[in-house]
Amino acid sequence: MSSGRRSRGGRVLRRLGGAAAAWTLPVVLLILWEAAARTGLIEARTLPAPSSVAVALLASIEDGSLPAHALISTQRALKGLFIGGGIGLVLGVLTGAFPIAERFLDSSVQMLRNVPHLAIIPMVILWFGIDEEAKIFLVAIGVMFPIYLNTFHGIRTVDRGLVEMGRVYGLSPVELYLRIILPGALPSILVGLRYALGIMWLTLIVAETISASSGIGYMTMNAREFLQTDVVILGVVVYALLGKLADIATRLVEQWALAWHPAYAVKENVR
Amino acid sequence: MTTILNRLERSVIDDIPSRPVTRPVPAPATIPARGLDISLSGVAKSFGEHKVLADLDLHIPAGQFVAVVGRSGGGKTTLMRLIAGLESPSTGRLRLGERDVAGLQPDVRLMFQDARLLPWKRVIDNVGIARGLGWRDKAEAALADVGLAARARDWPAVLSGGQRQRVALARALVSHPGVLLLDEPFGALDALTRAEMHALMLRIWQARGFTAVLITHDVGEAIALADRVLVLREGALALDVEVPRQRPRGHGDAQLAQLEARILAAV
Repeated sequence: MSSGRRSRGGRVLRRLGGAAAAWTLPVVLLILWEAAARTGLIEARTLPAPSSVAVALLASIEDGSLPAHALISTQRALKGLFIGGGIGLVLGVLTGAFPIAERFLDSSVQMLRNVPHLAIIPMVILWFGIDEEAKIFLVAIGVMFPIYLNTFHGIRTVDRGLVEMGRVYGLSPVELYLRIILPGALPSILVGLRYALGIMWLTLIVAETISASSGIGYMTMNAREFLQTDVVILGVVVYALLGKLADIATRLVEQWALAWHPAYAVKENVR
Repeated sequence: MTTILNRLERSVIDDIPSRPVTRPVPAPATIPARGLDISLSGVAKSFGEHKVLADLDLHIPAGQFVAVVGRSGGGKTTLMRLIAGLESPSTGRLRLGERDVAGLQPDVRLMFQDARLLPWKRVIDNVGIARGLGWRDKAEAALADVGLAARARDWPAVLSGGQRQRVALARALVSHPGVLLLDEPFGALDALTRAEMHALMLRIWQARGFTAVLITHDVGEAIALADRVLVLREGALALDVEVPRQRPRGHGDAQLAQLEARILAAV
């Protein structure tokens, strides 16, 4: 199989080489970890061997608990992202476009932004109990601000010369908005989305750990009570994978939406 | 509302030559559009206390190629923005063709110092930015006129500076404007590319017959291109001379050299 790839030339080889370099450190660490666990250097209760985490992974896939928990966590994350991101986008567009909206909204939003949103968990539990709404609400609050700030900033920094050009060439205000201002702000909005995704997982982990009866966070907390350290580690790994997945998704969106941008153009040796 | 009306009016005007009843052949881009004459009477413009243009009377006949030279801050850019409708005069009247005008006009197109292409739209979509009926055919024809038909699907980011200005020129030409305003569009180009752009500009101007107003620092450029050179100094006309009409104009010409010296003295 690898000889077939090699025959396609140096470019593929170089790509494989790059991938190998990126994976060297994690693989070496895994091997050391496994060895340390097997020889009893690390107690299994403190840090179980990677192999036993793998066993836990297979078991939880087999009994269907992991897919179910991962699905419910992902659903909460996405719902929160759409609600909070949508509100942030609309607010950002409003304040970016209308100075009057900025005067009314911006300072209030900036004030709220500086409240760590996890600090309101007690209040959220009082309002919503430990139902779905609580978690979605927290995620929504968390992702709203980075998207708001970056949308606002993106719209404010659109090249005025392009807007003037659009006016000279007869575009109506709505056309100016759709064809010049929003596309011009898009790189910044997508940066906001990336920040938001990080905050999205972080918030969800905390929320599910504190109060939930399903989801990856619940799974790990539950495992802690039964001293199933391997399942706890598994939960961490799943979070890492979900986060990475979200990152890949944004990168694909960027490549598609910003194909015009020299810095984002799909190059030959994209990883 | 006015924008919609303007657009409607423009697309109706544009579509008369470009919509053959039987065959969907794109309009040849070289149909000479009639130039519009430009009249300014008693036009003054102040920004706060600062008077940029003082009581300017100026008539530019239809189809003339006028160059406006002068130092920075002499009012040339303000004059151009007034004609473009991006600014309105503090006092005085501006007429285009038969009409008193105020605000942006669909008959007036403007080329900027920088190309101001939308980086997220392909070349063809930049040229056809104003849309309207049959815009793609018209945009393709305009691109062919500036010699860039093959780059229609490219992103602006991959074009050279000269190519970007040619795309900007094509964009300005799509709607067959009566007046083309040029705000130092060749200033940032290297000498060779600039000479190419001059030749292209002249060829298109001669084919189309629009009225052209070129703002420039470069007296040599003004003399090479224009029928008439205006010198603006401290917001007033310091000189208004005709350039002898023969084209192409050689660089060694004694008469032109004398004219250049006269203009430089007035700047």
